[in-house]
Amino acid sequence: MLEISVSADHIPAMPTRQTTVLDARAMDRALRRMADEIVEHNDGTDDLIIVGIQRRGVQLAARLVSHIKDRESVDVPSGALDITLYRDDLQTVGPRPVVGPTDLPWAIDGKHVVIVDDVLYTGRTVRAALDELADFGRPRRIGLAVLIDRGGRELPIQPDVVGKTMEIGGGERIDVMVEELDGKDAVVVAATGDA
Amino acid sequence: MTAPAVLLRGGRLVDPTQKLDQIGDLLISDGRIEAFGRVGEVRRDGDALDTVDCTGRIVSPGFVDVHCHLREPGREEVETIATGARAAAAGGFTAVCAMPNTDPVTDNQAAVGFIIRQANRAGAARVFPIGAISIGQQGKTLAEFGEMVGAGAVAVSDDGKPVVSAQLMRTALEYARTFGIPVADHCEEPTLAANGAMNEGIVSARLGLKGIPSEAEEIMAIRDILLARRTGGHIHLCHMSTRGSVELIRWGKERGINVTAEACPHHLSLTEEAVEGYDTNAKMNPPLRTADDVVALQEAVRDGTIDVIATDHAPHHYDEKEREFADAPNGIVGLETALAVNLTWLVHGGVMDVTTLIDRMACTPARLFKLPGGTLRRGSVADVTVFDPDAEWTVDPARFVSKGRNSPYAGRALRGVVELTLVDGRVIHRRREASTQGTRPPR
Amino acid sequence: MSAAGALGKDLLGLEDLSGDQIRLILDTAEPFKEISERAIKKVPTLRGSTIVNLFFEASTRTRVSFEFAEKRLSADTVNVASSGSSVSKGETLVDTARNLEAMRIDMVVIRHGASGAARFLAERIESNVINAGDGTHEHPTQGLLDMLTLRDNFGRLDGIKVCICGDVLHSRVARSNIWGLRKMGAEVAVCGPRSLLPNAIGEFGVTVFEHIEDAIQWADALNILRLQLERMHAGYIPSLREYNRVFGVSRERLERAPKDLLILHPGPMNRGVEIDSDVADGPHSVILDQVTNGVAVRMAVLYLLAGGRPELAEAAKGGGR
Repeated sequence: MLEISVSADHIPAMPTRQTTVLDARAMDRALRRMADEIVEHNDGTDDLIIVGIQRRGVQLAARLVSHIKDRESVDVPSGALDITLYRDDLQTVGPRPVVGPTDLPWAIDGKHVVIVDDVLYTGRTVRAALDELADFGRPRRIGLAVLIDRGGRELPIQPDVVGKTMEIGGGERIDVMVEELDGKDAVVVAATGDA
Repeated sequence: MTAPAVLLRGGRLVDPTQKLDQIGDLLISDGRIEAFGRVGEVRRDGDALDTVDCTGRIVSPGFVDVHCHLREPGREEVETIATGARAAAAGGFTAVCAMPNTDPVTDNQAAVGFIIRQANRAGAARVFPIGAISIGQQGKTLAEFGEMVGAGAVAVSDDGKPVVSAQLMRTALEYARTFGIPVADHCEEPTLAANGAMNEGIVSARLGLKGIPSEAEEIMAIRDILLARRTGGHIHLCHMSTRGSVELIRWGKERGINVTAEACPHHLSLTEEAVEGYDTNAKMNPPLRTADDVVALQEAVRDGTIDVIATDHAPHHYDEKEREFADAPNGIVGLETALAVNLTWLVHGGVMDVTTLIDRMACTPARLFKLPGGTLRRGSVADVTVFDPDAEWTVDPARFVSKGRNSPYAGRALRGVVELTLVDGRVIHRRREASTQGTRPPR
Repeated sequence: MSAAGALGKDLLGLEDLSGDQIRLILDTAEPFKEISERAIKKVPTLRGSTIVNLFFEASTRTRVSFEFAEKRLSADTVNVASSGSSVSKGETLVDTARNLEAMRIDMVVIRHGASGAARFLAERIESNVINAGDGTHEHPTQGLLDMLTLRDNFGRLDGIKVCICGDVLHSRVARSNIWGLRKMGAEVAVCGPRSLLPNAIGEFGVTVFEHIEDAIQWADALNILRLQLERMHAGYIPSLREYNRVFGVSRERLERAPKDLLILHPGPMNRGVEIDSDVADGPHSVILDQVTNGVAVRMAVLYLLAGGRPELAEAAKGGGR
């Protein structure tokens, strides 16, 4: 079945040079530490909701929830947000991006919602996520957890919890791969050949 | 109460559906054909057996008339369902289909049910109602075919009148497909036929009567055939009367179109010359045509282009017919003369054999309209006619069972007399003793 | 100028779409269903877009459904109800097209009594045109929401058996369903009196059932069309009562089915004519789901048609997170 999939994700293009900056073990260590930090910032697990941004943020959020369960023996509620419809570049992006599922069955009023994404770059995705969350309710607090902060902000947005900070140049891209979608866990940097 | 078993002995058993033609015995019991075989071979032990000597007679499936007018409800002084069913029995018919141009028109399930009840009460020939195509036969709104068929109607027709609107005929043919019934049309283009009293030709010119040209029938016939092709429906063309119509039907059948047709005994025997003397008993619609048309129709009946012979039995009161020719109503009776007319002109006249005639009068009508009977197969209903194909008699309308007396054959000597008619194995007509009919001593 | 997205500039009918395009719309509709379940039933996706609902034929349900779809995408909507006279219909449509063009409308949703009216409009204006029903030709969003409802219940469309019951001759819903379902690999049949089936129905690639009982034995789902009083007056059938007796979908008839049949109806229903109340309100009726899916499908269509501008897309390349 032919799938027309022009998605909001980075599509890992065939790289000319590819460097692995985090392998599976390093990624796992980072995620465990991030899970601990989230709980620490919240002074526990009460009122915590972890929401992953489609697509890979969702898998990372699931990992965080699992690590929190190991540590604290608590099932933190989690959800998934697809921010396609809230993007600020829909009019210019060309053919319509595929809209993924949003699943947020929890009331978020008065809760501490932690948004999880794989890579933080310009900040526009997070801005869209904040707009979308506002349509669901009024959390007491919203936090941001990202595995990779690559700099290059275009909006005043900063993460609360970071796995790794890296400076990535204009001619390069950084991709987070997860086992569930890509067959392995890794963070890789590659030159895309785009000027 | 079941009828006693009946043994018809020694007659000539003729049944085209089984290619049967032999001298033999036919045994009927419990209303069904139980067995037949060579003379003396068919036995039945046990209870009383009514034995009828059929030597010199033909034993055939009972005749089925798919087109007659029984006038009830509305014109009971002219005919009732009871008198019509008995007249049919006297003519050797075990079943007739009654056209819906009654008063009120038979265009709904209650009216259909009424006819069936009246027929059951009469206990003579079976009567199958034909429902109207349009409400009131006004040619505007479809009647409820489903309801009428559910109540016992076997076909639909606006006969008496043509279906003038081609769109209505088209819709009728399409809608009838759901119920598997034929649509029967009286083919008459109204503007060509208006005020016509007889066939347009040399006789009408001499007599000074407005004529109905053959095209009035042929134009509607081809229209209906083409609509049958378009819709896949079954069109049945009533009382065909011209050579041109025969050729159109042949054209349609060659192309696999589901068109069937009937011809009446009078169109197979008489010509426009019968009108000489302004005899209103020779006035009907469609009118009697030329000798050439008669020949074409006879040949068409023989080769099956015309599938069935139907009577279009149409009784009128003496007073109505006793008028100036142009004002008299159309129609003649025919149930009691059909067999003799057909035998005299078609069989004794050398056009076809009696087996073919029996097929056109009994087997094919039953098959086309999906009626019981029309065969002598073991197990089928015992609707049987026994007749003497040669006995001569003179037609005397005063002695008709029908209330109608309007027959063009009055005073004519014809050959062929019905001896016995059975429905469900029950005798519904037995030839009268000591009558002017027949030169052989009655049974 | 709007670019051609995966669906092109307009949605005029399902006969022109490929199976992949139909699948794209159905897949896109899924996430839009969720938005209608939220407390705030709105996303900013089409903020600033102007959409005109141009309805030449009276219609409450379809127009309202489109309006909800548009508003939930934050578009600005304008309703124009107009009854063009039959003599000047064509002229009125041309003038309307020019006026809309002059006002720089982004999208037009049009319902019109003349077959081909949507294409007529689409060829004359730059805006995206969505056919909400043109004459007896097509009603593509209805076909799509019917397919979405079927897919929700059966998990697929390929190989399922759907019988469309009723006045197929005059039905744009029937045509859209036939084209769409066949493209997705479903088996399609029709059932009704021959006077209400197109004469050329044999060439539509569908099975024809003369009797509703046979259709019920065969089908997995029935899509029951509304029978209009005008058909009786125009002589296609003798009466609504007989139609109900012969072709009506009743509980008694459904009880003789070998399996539970899904019941669909585009609405509005004539209870007691083509469908009996206990069937319409029964456990296998998904008629209300169709309505819910209608809004989601229309949101998906609006979203997919309002494509971006490629020259800006080029400039914006590399933008993202």
